[in-house]
Amino acid sequence: MGSPPAIEFLREKIRRIEAGSRPAAVALPFGLPEMDARLPGGGLALGALHEVAGGGNGAIDGAAALFTAGIAARTKGPVLWCLIRQDLFAPAISQAGLAPDRVVYAEAEDEKAVLACFEEGLRHGGLGSVIAEIGRLSMTNSRRLQLAAESSGTLGIALRRGRRQSDAVDFGQPTAAATRWRVTVLPSVALPVPGVGRPRWLVELVRCRAGESADFEVEACDAQGRLGLPASLANRQADAPAGGVRAAG
Amino acid sequence: MRQLGASAPPVEAPLILSSRIGSRRVVFAANTAAQAAGLRVGMAVTKAQALVNGLVIRDAEPAADAEGLEKLALWALQRYSPMVAADLPDGLVIDATGATHLHGGEAAMLTDMVARLASAGVTARAAMADSFGAAHAVARYMTRPAVVVPEGKSAEAMLRFPIGALRLPADMVAQLQRLGFARVNDLADKPRAPLALRFGPELHRRLDQAMGRLREPIEPVRPLELLEVRRLFAEPIGAPETLARYTEKLVVSLCEVLEAKGLGARRLDLLFHRVDSQMQAIRVGTATPVRNVKRLTRLLCDKIETIDPGFGVEIMSLCAALAEPFETRQVKTSLLSDDMETDISGLIDILTNRVGEAQLYRFAPVASDVPERSVCRVAPAAPHTGQDWPEQWPRPSRLLPTPEQIETVALLPDHPPVSFSWRGIRRRVKRADGPERVFGEWWKRDAELATVRDYFRVEDEAGERFWIYRAGDGEDAATGSHRWFLHGIFG
Repeated sequence: MGSPPAIEFLREKIRRIEAGSRPAAVALPFGLPEMDARLPGGGLALGALHEVAGGGNGAIDGAAALFTAGIAARTKGPVLWCLIRQDLFAPAISQAGLAPDRVVYAEAEDEKAVLACFEEGLRHGGLGSVIAEIGRLSMTNSRRLQLAAESSGTLGIALRRGRRQSDAVDFGQPTAAATRWRVTVLPSVALPVPGVGRPRWLVELVRCRAGESADFEVEACDAQGRLGLPASLANRQADAPAGGVRAAG
Repeated sequence: MRQLGASAPPVEAPLILSSRIGSRRVVFAANTAAQAAGLRVGMAVTKAQALVNGLVIRDAEPAADAEGLEKLALWALQRYSPMVAADLPDGLVIDATGATHLHGGEAAMLTDMVARLASAGVTARAAMADSFGAAHAVARYMTRPAVVVPEGKSAEAMLRFPIGALRLPADMVAQLQRLGFARVNDLADKPRAPLALRFGPELHRRLDQAMGRLREPIEPVRPLELLEVRRLFAEPIGAPETLARYTEKLVVSLCEVLEAKGLGARRLDLLFHRVDSQMQAIRVGTATPVRNVKRLTRLLCDKIETIDPGFGVEIMSLCAALAEPFETRQVKTSLLSDDMETDISGLIDILTNRVGEAQLYRFAPVASDVPERSVCRVAPAAPHTGQDWPEQWPRPSRLLPTPEQIETVALLPDHPPVSFSWRGIRRRVKRADGPERVFGEWWKRDAELATVRDYFRVEDEAGERFWIYRAGDGEDAATGSHRWFLHGIFG
């Protein structure tokens, strides 16, 4: 957005140094110009680790799982989903665009085993994306996962699920992930008749490497895993803060 | 008995097997019906004939039994563990060290084993303990068909068993009982010398074996046509890197053997014979026949850290416990189409050997309206069906393992609740969709003939969306309890 040419030049130089001998990173766009403009490379970087967490006090976060499934649905190839306790309902995952034939679930017995499966999946290279539900993620582990993702170009998503309060605190700690998201449910789109409309989420980009954090109000994934832009917001100024949203988050 | 085919007597007929002791014919074995009629093993056959009308008598064939047991041991060898031996007259002994991970743990392996044998018409009881002696006793003296004794608890568990559980000759057991020794506990802390003087070394050898104080090596069965390669070391080896290096060499030579026969390995056993004549084993499984040196080496080397080489390993042997014809298939080229099917069977094998066979799966649709029955797990390498769930109604992304009861304020019969409280938090319902009625499946269980669930999708003030249902149609008490439950959480 209109930065001086000197800054642009420096950014390009840093990007080249960071990339080293690796091939240029490819990104997976969300298809929403508002979101893609905020992400370096115009989308979620493939071959990188990303973190997604549920908002609120949620012991069980349905929205973060669907947001993740929607991203995975738009990658090409099979998907590995590592978890400890299976409570996903497969028809809903399929409704977010991730067909049951594409997802292999690995139910490990503890977090250590989940991380091992996660890394194994990232290193393999034949998968479209790898998702792991974990509570704690240390800097060392996330660095390891990030390198594994870089080596194969696979998209890795750590779906942070806190079972205890201490795990929620852990989400604030720095990791090597490229982006960090928090997805909170919002009241659905009002319908002219009684009933529940299309679900809406507040998607917060809490941290973004080489980018700035931002908030987005979006409609939930459709059958192809694409997010939508609420009709009322489509013509609004991008920077206008949403007052009601803060209270809900 | 199955060998008799159609001429076999019906299952409910009392049946005994007879054998000779000197000139007497005695009952060698009796089926359930015969035991119910009061027949016992060791009874004279003439007496049994006098007691039961229409008794079927067959001659016992110990040699054929032993042969059958050997066959069963070979089956267990392919299916469960690299070290299996027949334990005459009526048991199998399986050293499950390093093999349970493929079956999802010890308890799951035993349950699976008993169920598989039951479906083949064999009533079996299985037990897992620290020593062969303890497992032998637990399997025969506990009522449950599959028991896992926790690690380190076997000696304690043995104390409660009767003397007969110690695998001693029958006359020795009788003498001990006459002397007042009823349980292993009575025997355990008695001075050894007088007992050894009277009964010989056998008594304490068996006791120590059961308590896990004395090692009891087993002689594993080996099928004749087993594909095996082995390597002997003049000097014992022990370092993990050395073990890994020789593992690769063994894999290379095994793959040559497999290639000559046109086979691929489905299950590999790597056995380490230690200098102290103990054995350690690694077993790995693959989803499809594999003959790739790199992949097989990787699978085996992942497990080398579980091996305790002790004072050194002098023989390493690698065998393909299960081998299947290896099919070569033409791979699609990226010149023709963009959406190349990526082969992830290598990854599936690695993960299976890490988390277990049952823990790696895909979901597949089942034609059922009851949510928890609408999904089933299939093997990750199962062919793609392209089937999907019918996309009519939104479904929650997380489903609770069991529906949780909630307190509601709701109008009957067909209104969603105005408010409900779940896990101690009260929520006011702002919007709701429903009901979606799900009927019980009477063809599965008679009790579901009239049951009904009415599902609602509700949204509270904060925007959290839940899937709740009422058991019953709101009018007829026969259709359900009319309590409300929370079943899932939407995104």
